[in-house]
Amino acid sequence: MKMRGRIWKFGDNIDTDAIIPARYLNIWDPQGLAAHCMEDADPEFMKKMRPGDILVGGENFGCGSSREHAPIAIKAAGIACVVAKSFARIFYRNSFDMGLPIFESPELWGLVENGAEIEVDADAGLIRIVGAAANPLKIPPFPPFMQELIADGGLMNHIAKGRTK
Amino acid sequence: MGMTITEKILSRHVDLDEVHPGMLINARVDIALGNDITAPIAIDAFRKAGGKKVFDREKVVLVADHFSPNKDIDSAEQCKLMRDFAHEQELTHYYDVGEAGVEHALLPEKGIVGPGDLVAGADSHTCTYGGLGAFATGVGSTDLAAAMMTGELWFKVPETMKFVYHGKRRPWVTGKDLILHTIGRIGVDGALYRAMEFTGETVRSLTMADRLTMANMAVEAGGKNGIFIPDEVTEAYCRERAERKYEFFTSDPDARYHSVIDIDVEKIELQVSFPHLPSNAKGISEVGSVRIDQSIIGSCTNGRIEDLRVAASILKGRHAAPGMRLIIIPATPGVYRQAMHEGLFDIFLDAGGVISLPTCGPCLGGYMGILAKGERSVATTNRNFVGRMGHPGSEVYLAGPAVAAATAVAGHLAGPEQL
Ligand code: SF4
Repeated sequence: MKMRGRIWKFGDNIDTDAIIPARYLNIWDPQGLAAHCMEDADPEFMKKMRPGDILVGGENFGCGSSREHAPIAIKAAGIACVVAKSFARIFYRNSFDMGLPIFESPELWGLVENGAEIEVDADAGLIRIVGAAANPLKIPPFPPFMQELIADGGLMNHIAKGRTK
Repeated sequence: MGMTITEKILSRHVDLDEVHPGMLINARVDIALGNDITAPIAIDAFRKAGGKKVFDREKVVLVADHFSPNKDIDSAEQCKLMRDFAHEQELTHYYDVGEAGVEHALLPEKGIVGPGDLVAGADSHTCTYGGLGAFATGVGSTDLAAAMMTGELWFKVPETMKFVYHGKRRPWVTGKDLILHTIGRIGVDGALYRAMEFTGETVRSLTMADRLTMANMAVEAGGKNGIFIPDEVTEAYCRERAERKYEFFTSDPDARYHSVIDIDVEKIELQVSFPHLPSNAKGISEVGSVRIDQSIIGSCTNGRIEDLRVAASILKGRHAAPGMRLIIIPATPGVYRQAMHEGLFDIFLDAGGVISLPTCGPCLGGYMGILAKGERSVATTNRNFVGRMGHPGSEVYLAGPAVAAATAVAGHLAGPEQL
């Protein structure tokens, strides 16, 4: 899996209320949610972003509620992947369960400005900052179980496969 | 090697003699929980994966509490979807208007969850049930779908952080102050991925309400679960409620911990967490003069009868400050009835308050108490993120019931001793 895109940089503790405010939780259609993606962190975000862009977060990205609406909104908005220093645990689970690629990199945040372009090579476990002198950054590989989830296309497909075996 | 209570409960649910932090396990769940926000997505995933029947109709619990009674057409559609599913599946534990209350207050009260259980809930504050000595953790909707289908779910066994509380509590200080102080100390990711085990001599003097309040906010420190070792307080609470057999687990003396944090309770004053993180906790003597427009007393954190009694004891014979909106939200129909019988409603009404039906309401910026730009609310809830209770330019100050009630009277952040 390889992704190349422009980045949008956010700070530490970006919570699920910032990703998709609770006032929109009476919506559950992905496109309807995507229209409000990141609204309370940056009200102009959906006007500025283009599909294929990448979110870069600080520590504890996705903290707060268990709402799967958060990774759904990000995915439906067309964000290719999220790279953060660390992720809150339910957001981490949800992303794998529904197939939004996310990567932990403690270094990237400090090395890029908003608007920079990066290339994420999930198979090789590398991130390159386009046009920068910095060497490619290493990202830890997913644990084998997570790789299975991604290969199967999320948790429900994984279970369905197991059952039909 | 010894195990912590968290490790023991997990090992029991995979039929292994031992589990260790870092192990990935597929564990049986005793209760799978969803609400009107998370269940619709789970039901959709369940059906798409070919699900026909839930694994056990007595172990899937659905509660309409967030936007119910429905606040608009969209939420009415969501609740209807969940209601139809609950009827089709003949769920024993489906709670709708009239019987529903805030899920994490309702399930312990009704004895649906108990000590030694493994509970997976599609709501981050599922960790509340750790107050009873259960392993309970929040998951997403897809996880709920998987649990409803198979009765099992994958977990990574967490490391445990042990918190040892000692010393006598100051007047008015409750579990809410202890947990706000703790989160202030370790930060909103201070327990990321880990279990938080609450122990120490002070903990044994805490009521079940206080324990549920503390476990409730484990997720606010990034924790996977919060947990208390069950004791005679637990036994007294569960004896008349539990609808299934329960079992007390305890941590071995030689259990391994990620870290042990010592907390001197005598030093802890009433706490207020300032916007916009639960970790911005300050003692009441340090809050300065902050004008407040609204006081919310309720939620899965502090909407139990014990909380309403504390608030009433302060509001009795007093009146809310001019311009203050005082909103009391008993968390369940049971709490509602009890408060009414005890005469607390008269006290609240005389103080200029309103009493809401049992719902999440304004806690998540849903309805009934939404803030305008620039407005400030003190609240006994658990999150004060940007926009949590309304406009992104509004502010939420987290506190226990004593501060919320005293602030309503004073019109600015205050404790009962400042009145
Ligand atoms: S009261 Fe608030 S925190 Fe508790 S379940 Fe409802 S919305 Fe969530």
